[in-house]
Amino acid sequence: MSGGIPDPTAPLTPSGNLRRRQLFSKFTEYAATAAAVLAVAVLAIVVYTIVSRGAKAIDWEFITTGYPTGVAPMLVGTAVIVAIATAIALPIGVLIALFLTEYAGSRAAGPLRMTLDLMNGVPSIILGLFVFRLLVEHKQQSGFAGSVALAIIELPLIARGTQEVLRLVPNSMREASDALGVARWRSILSVVLPSATGGIATATVLAVARAAGETAPLIFASSIFDPRKVTLNPFEAMPNVPVFIYKLSEEGNPEGFAFGWGMSLLLVSFILFASLGARALLGRSKRRLSSS
Amino acid sequence: MPPASITLPPTMSSPATPALAASRASRSGDRRKRADRFGDRALFALCAAAALLAVVVLVLVAYQVVDGARPAMAKYGLSFITDTEWQPNFKVFGAGVPLFGTLVSSFSALLIGAPIAIAIGLFLSLLAPKGVAALVAPLVEMLAAIPSVILGFWGLLILAPFVQSTIEPFLHDTLGFIPIFGDPQTTGLSVFTASLILTIMIVPIIAAISRDLFMAVPRDLQDGAAALGATRWEVVRGVILPTTASGVVAASILGLGRALGEAIAVSQVIGGGIEIGKLFEPGDTLAARIALQFPGALSELHKSALFYLGVILLVIGLLSNLTAQWIGRRFSYQGVAAK
Amino acid sequence: MTSGLDSSQGQNQPVPARVRIQSGLPSAEQNGTATAATGAAGAEQHGFAPEVVFDSQDISIFYGAKRALAGVSLRIRRGQITALIGPSGCGKTTFLRSLNRMNDSVPGFRIDGQILYHGHDIYGSNVDQVEVRRRIGMVFQKPNPFPKSIFDNVAWAPRNLGLKKGLHDRVEKALRGAALWDEVKDRLKDSALGLSGGQQQRLCIARAIAIEPDVLLLDEPASALDPIATGAIEDLMHSLKGRFTIVIVTHNMQQAARVADRTAFFSLASVEGEPKPIGTLIEFDDTTTIFGAPRDPRTRDYVTGRFG
Repeated sequence: MSGGIPDPTAPLTPSGNLRRRQLFSKFTEYAATAAAVLAVAVLAIVVYTIVSRGAKAIDWEFITTGYPTGVAPMLVGTAVIVAIATAIALPIGVLIALFLTEYAGSRAAGPLRMTLDLMNGVPSIILGLFVFRLLVEHKQQSGFAGSVALAIIELPLIARGTQEVLRLVPNSMREASDALGVARWRSILSVVLPSATGGIATATVLAVARAAGETAPLIFASSIFDPRKVTLNPFEAMPNVPVFIYKLSEEGNPEGFAFGWGMSLLLVSFILFASLGARALLGRSKRRLSSS
Repeated sequence: MPPASITLPPTMSSPATPALAASRASRSGDRRKRADRFGDRALFALCAAAALLAVVVLVLVAYQVVDGARPAMAKYGLSFITDTEWQPNFKVFGAGVPLFGTLVSSFSALLIGAPIAIAIGLFLSLLAPKGVAALVAPLVEMLAAIPSVILGFWGLLILAPFVQSTIEPFLHDTLGFIPIFGDPQTTGLSVFTASLILTIMIVPIIAAISRDLFMAVPRDLQDGAAALGATRWEVVRGVILPTTASGVVAASILGLGRALGEAIAVSQVIGGGIEIGKLFEPGDTLAARIALQFPGALSELHKSALFYLGVILLVIGLLSNLTAQWIGRRFSYQGVAAK
Repeated sequence: MTSGLDSSQGQNQPVPARVRIQSGLPSAEQNGTATAATGAAGAEQHGFAPEVVFDSQDISIFYGAKRALAGVSLRIRRGQITALIGPSGCGKTTFLRSLNRMNDSVPGFRIDGQILYHGHDIYGSNVDQVEVRRRIGMVFQKPNPFPKSIFDNVAWAPRNLGLKKGLHDRVEKALRGAALWDEVKDRLKDSALGLSGGQQQRLCIARAIAIEPDVLLLDEPASALDPIATGAIEDLMHSLKGRFTIVIVTHNMQQAARVADRTAFFSLASVEGEPKPIGTLIEFDDTTTIFGAPRDPRTRDYVTGRFG
């Protein structure tokens, strides 16, 4: 036998350099597992901190009154700003997705997709500078300006998510409509779009979860507000959760910190449930589409 | 599954004469056809307008930032990029310090985070039993879903003191001979802490994409390697990593882009330093400086200088995004060619 | 691009004369599972018995609760080519892959009975899976070269094993053994993916033999190739036969008849304790017997083309 070739009749235990190689392979397995454990541990630590410190701050008063006893104005403000942003981004995002799947040739689709990817990659602080010049400078801060910035953040997410579901709609549906002599626009609105509503809802919920936590644009658009009063007017600066957490974190006041944890817990809980719900929705709508 | 609703041409109710019925039918048919044509055109126009709007908005964003920076660009020119003096009171501005901070913190985060993320991707795709992977994968994604202001808040109150009391002295003791590992400061608010926060942010991004890439490596390629008497690691090193290399690199650059643009969390933990210092000293980044100084900007020129920082940030961000896209496209082409 | 070894092998090629003629030994048939008429008993009469490499004893394979294969007992001998034939889905590939533990990664895989390799239980507790595959190599149905250069494909496994000395010679020897050397010797650095299907499959064979395994398992190696490439592979097998013990799964009966010393016929059959027929070994004998005078009527039906 030439060197390194094991005797075939020998027991099937590692021969040659295999023992060393197996040891190293095991070591890399442990390292990979350790990395995963590390990530979960960090998450656990962060969540634990938020929950343990935040729960202490939350009570009925916290949710229903204004500063300094509660954060209701901030909760309401965020809800309004995000709602307006979604109202802007949702229809435009769906239309863009429709354009990509139903109308665009490959010449238009490529640059459009790249535009959406770039839009998704623009640092949110840049969007803050943008809405500042467009809507705040020479005028005043407003929740609406914040909504515009958040809409730009939501738009690529909704467009991409919608496009993915539209692509799942089988072409046979569209062809059947065509064969029946139904106009393109009718079949899109009454056949294609309705079967994609689950996916659109999912994409929207995920976009909302992302936008609700964005701080940077709101620093420019809606950061000078009165945290004591609830306001529903989006044309002036509205109290909002992310900016308020930011302010509290910079102030260095321990009581403020407690409020910060409380708001963090509320925000993270909202995002978590929204994400879980969205994924459940997505699973259901994908199953429905593939079985039809 | 039949279409949800198909409206058929309306039936005529007892026509007076066949001729009248026929002409009524053809007129309503014409009307329908005209409505259809109009509807088709209208929907197309709407969709096209939305697509155009997206492009216009992107261009507009870039334009506004550049326009806002124009006074500063005119006054300081290109040397702004490397000048390190930043004194708003004296109208001296230079991007050197925050640019350095951006690059150091982001690349440090990538250096630490990419290997960890790739290891997690390997764990989730190849190592973990299905139940464990199904549990851990969403947990890792949850890490990405935490808003940066909350992560920064946590970093400020929990991580920074820990880093200052434990990690930085340890690293200083063991690696202090390398100049960049200087003496720890008192607050733990430093470039290093910012790098750690950025690492936490980008690991989930890179891990999720890597995991998808690893799972997509064809089974028969892995089987072929295993059948040659290779250990698990050798299959990873010889087949899985090489075939996914460009995708993993693209994912890493995507993560880098995220780190480059992060303003809020970084501003909360980096300490707002004004000099280029060592790793454990306070520092600043382009995005963080804009966030920290804009609300209290002292003059129009100050604001314009911050816009100038924004221009630099936008250029860096766009470049990294485009690079990631380009590499990603090359990868999918390679994958197709390999088949 | 065809290899120099191509000879168009027609369908009517006579069975190679090397196949030993089996003397008539009764084989017990119980409940539809046939125990193998092993070559050992008959060969002892001729005074020569190649040593047993694989001794599979009443093997059943389960995926979860479902049984995929039942009651397979056969012996594979050194230096021979053993063919596993039969219709699709009767467990031939499943059985083959359990010989080098390639089924381990399939979820729910379970094996009953013993497979002895040179007397050692392959699924024993001290057995290192990687060591098993080092000694028992496999070539798959669809060519699966690595996206590396031709040289690196063949050199990859030897490098892992630390066989760095004389690597170039080893690669050349393997490529020659796979009848590929002349075609690629001037472009060893080129990507393996640029080769034709038949060349890629020969590259996979070269890859497998580069580390000098004891056994070569071939899972329908020519089924994805055109007839000319198929012929090249078959010629190859003749030349590899003495050096390696070869077990080959094939749908192509003529291929088995041309190439194999011994042939095992798998098919679906009713098995005690199973509601539906499952894959099992029907008959195992010298190739000439299986194709010339098969004992089991099901074998006769299959080889004469009456079904499947």
